[in-house]
Amino acid sequence: MNQTARRTALYDEHRKLGARMVEFGGFEMPVQYAGVLKEHDAVRRRAGLFDLSHMGQFRLSGERVAPWADTLTTNAVATMQPLQARYNLFCSDNGGTHDDTIFYRLGDDRWLLVVNASNAEKMWALVCDHPGGVRLENRHGEDALIAIQGPASASLLQPHVDVDLAAMRYYFCAETEVEGIPALIARTGYTGEDGFEIFVDGAYASNVWNDLLRAHHRDGLEPCGLGARDVLRLEAGMPLYGHELTEEISPVQGGQAWAVKLSKPAFTGREALAQQLESDVYARVAGLVMRGRVPAREGYAVYVGDRRVGEIRSGSFGPSVGGGKNVATALLERDAATAGTVLAVEVRGARHEADVAPMPFYKRSR
Amino acid sequence: MALPQGLLFSKDHEWVRIDGDLAVVGFTDYAQNSLGDIVYVELPKPGAHVQQFGNIGVVESVKAVSDLFTPVSGDVTEVNDALERDPAAVNRDPYGDGWFLKVRLKDTGETKQLLSSSEYEKLIAE
Repeated sequence: MNQTARRTALYDEHRKLGARMVEFGGFEMPVQYAGVLKEHDAVRRRAGLFDLSHMGQFRLSGERVAPWADTLTTNAVATMQPLQARYNLFCSDNGGTHDDTIFYRLGDDRWLLVVNASNAEKMWALVCDHPGGVRLENRHGEDALIAIQGPASASLLQPHVDVDLAAMRYYFCAETEVEGIPALIARTGYTGEDGFEIFVDGAYASNVWNDLLRAHHRDGLEPCGLGARDVLRLEAGMPLYGHELTEEISPVQGGQAWAVKLSKPAFTGREALAQQLESDVYARVAGLVMRGRVPAREGYAVYVGDRRVGEIRSGSFGPSVGGGKNVATALLERDAATAGTVLAVEVRGARHEADVAPMPFYKRSR
Repeated sequence: MALPQGLLFSKDHEWVRIDGDLAVVGFTDYAQNSLGDIVYVELPKPGAHVQQFGNIGVVESVKAVSDLFTPVSGDVTEVNDALERDPAAVNRDPYGDGWFLKVRLKDTGETKQLLSSSEYEKLIAE
């Protein structure tokens, strides 16, 4: 373990639960507790509890936040209502992705910006380099983030909070309390299931974590690590920064064109992204389902016939896909990235057939 | 889990059970537990010649690929085909149903390079 890795407020809880820890985004994080498949299954069937306190949290305030953010990001910010959350991306002039993020509008002039752990320092430098009359406060590592995800999330969380969770819409939030502890609760997540993300001061994080786990472990609430989270998000077709989105892979290429609003007059990367949307020459991230039992992994080469057309960006066994299939994303030449194309993935010198498939690979029944 | 009797071990966390000149090879409980849920096992073909401590395949968990090494040299006489459909047997029963392959030994003296159960227990306690 890297000597400089930081610990979240829930580190001791993870150790007590017997978690296997890895370094991720500069923090010692639980990769698994009981096992990736068991944790994955809990989230698909009941609910899972995640420590996401490694994510970067920046508090933004002032009247200028919305116009400021609209010049730096691809999605619309000014049109957000109070207590609304919105997925958004920061790009470079050439369209490459600095980070994919979520904006939460807490009030007219108060906002929360959540960035990826691995990009937290880069993103803090970026927002500080563009002052624009916005007050910035870096809460990275100070405020904790606990997610409860899965079909039972609302019913398990409801007794602990004083807002009506059934009335909270997807991608909305509320400032409330969890067992008397001030918290921001948002109906957001990264698993393809219903669920909530709970932002609390790190000083109280273990209270919230233990209250929920002790009350509901017997109802099927499982602590879940980053291993299960990655499988869940891949099945749900959600990008992971560093894989489907990078400084070289734009949101248009990475499948997030829906969050690029060319209707906004000016924002960093707009010209490059507009050109990518019009042109057919740019590589695209596509979903792959392996026909056989061999998993595709990051970096494996992808072919159509003898022509190399790209490489795998993420790959895993997907228990919820077609009764259990190996799924992957690949950055592919434009003409190979169409559903129905038959590809071959090179695994240890042998070619294995895969089909380009629409994402998400898994969609929950509502 | 206590180590079963009569096995020898490699530092790469494979076990071997030797009966005459025939060896059965598998993953230790420690190895399967470290790797997590196993979803794919790639083994050599029967008839292949394998070299002690050589890389003979891979074992893949949900998120990771690990190399598989053989603790003994010889000719592969049989591989556990059931793992193709049920790779989780390696997690469930590493010393039983989860075995990998059987090898016809060339040189039984090679076992001097392997660890006894007490030596292996010491290794994994470190």
